[in-house]
Amino acid sequence: MTSNLYSDYELEISHSNEEETGKVIRESTRFRKRFASTRDKVAIDDDKTVGAWSALSPRITCRSVDVRYGEKQAITKINLDIGRNEVISLIGPSGCGKSTFLRCLNRMNDTIPGCRVRGEIKLDDEDIYDGKLDVVPLRAKVGMVFQKPNPFPKSIFENVAYGPRIHGLASSKGEMAEIVESSLRRAGLWDEVKDYLGHPGTGLSGGQQQRLCIARTIAVNPEVILMDEPCSALDPIATSKIEQLIDELREQYTIVIVTHSMQQAARVSQRTAYFHLGKLIEVGDTADVFTKPLHRLTDDYISGRFG
Amino acid sequence: MDRINEGHTLKRYDGELDHLHFLVLEAGGLVVHQVSEALTAFKNRDPVLAQQVVAMDSEIDRLEVQTDDEIAKIIAKRWPLSADLRLVIAVSKSVSDLERIGDEAVRIAGMVVQLFGTESSEPNSQMLRDINRIGNMALTGLRGAVEIFDIWDEAKAKRVIEIHREMEEEFQADLRRLLTYVLEDYRNIGFAISVILVIKALERIGHHARNLAEHVIFQVHGEDIRSRQPSQDGYQPKS
Repeated sequence: MTSNLYSDYELEISHSNEEETGKVIRESTRFRKRFASTRDKVAIDDDKTVGAWSALSPRITCRSVDVRYGEKQAITKINLDIGRNEVISLIGPSGCGKSTFLRCLNRMNDTIPGCRVRGEIKLDDEDIYDGKLDVVPLRAKVGMVFQKPNPFPKSIFENVAYGPRIHGLASSKGEMAEIVESSLRRAGLWDEVKDYLGHPGTGLSGGQQQRLCIARTIAVNPEVILMDEPCSALDPIATSKIEQLIDELREQYTIVIVTHSMQQAARVSQRTAYFHLGKLIEVGDTADVFTKPLHRLTDDYISGRFG
Repeated sequence: MDRINEGHTLKRYDGELDHLHFLVLEAGGLVVHQVSEALTAFKNRDPVLAQQVVAMDSEIDRLEVQTDDEIAKIIAKRWPLSADLRLVIAVSKSVSDLERIGDEAVRIAGMVVQLFGTESSEPNSQMLRDINRIGNMALTGLRGAVEIFDIWDEAKAKRVIEIHREMEEEFQADLRRLLTYVLEDYRNIGFAISVILVIKALERIGHHARNLAEHVIFQVHGEDIRSRQPSQDGYQPKS
């Protein structure tokens, strides 16, 4: 019986001439087969997000979030939980809705005329689209860092002190100085600027300006920091510093980062969400998404097969 | 939503992965040839052929070095991800398994030279039959493993793993049988040891062929099956 088993097998796979094996193999279309065989395994479902979009103790929960700009549907039915103390990266091609989604999380879309947000977004179980909610404290809780560093045309000190002042977080000059120093320290900028606090923030280098913006964001004690391509205008050294900073800030804050650099997403985030044409296609542990994505669209995008 | 992308947007990347795949298949073809020639040399008691088997090894070593070099370049330049990353890992592991199979073939060929290079000894033909049987199993497993590296067939990969399990049983049975020959006549012992060394080399070849199949499953499936049910599928950690 045993011999039957593998003599069958030998028939299936034998080559008449070993020396020819190499040549025969070269002529076959192995790549088609390789991808066909890999792809049979991937789940493809257009309407539902694949992967673990929910989290155990979420800080932000989004349910059926739709955003329209006038007639144009920007994002459709996004369900996503964002956990505490995690960095989640949103990736996808331009126009896929990832920035739109990010801007929903602190109601930045309110400022865009014709923009309508539907669905439910809760921060610590509080609906942030509740009509009675004041957006000013919301934006203090959910801070944002933009692609282009945008310090105010004021001194370094004033850049950081501005937020705490309007939110009334400091009762004395000494307290304010403390907040400014600790924010600059946490942003890894203190040692570089402590002797120049009166100099204009716009005089710093790009990377320093971006860290100044991060210091300005964390000065008002946010819970969540949204970052929209924070490193795309920076050189590799400044980028590494920001990435290191993100890793340190993770212990205190929830961070949502939009990035076009897949390597950056892989480096800084614990979870990755892939958006495609306004839909959330796949969410999962970053390591899994980059080694064995579940959805073919994710697979194509991260491995560089752009249709 | 239904895009079909057969290749990368960057075409040269496809070419590089393709080339990497060729290198493994080329090494695979060579190793299959080498093992089969080593077995033929044993069957025909042909020390000249055995010498040729030994000489083939340098070509496989060269291919291994070249493949490692290409892998380092691809990782540095392309940062492979997903299926591409798994391919590069599978190739990297497979080429080292192939190189070791080559080494085992050289070991068998060396034994042929040692046993049949001089006219003095008259080997026991019953013992040689054992070598043929396990040798065919090893070769079948190896051919299957190289074949599935071309077609990425998971079902066939599992078949190769099955063959390895049978081969392990055969190996144990052979050892017991050799022991009885030695017990019959202790003068057999010198020859029996040589036969054991050859059988052991063939067992290692089977084991490396099984590893190749596992690498294919890893590439296709995105999952390392080596850690799964170690006792049931007979996997033993490399010593």
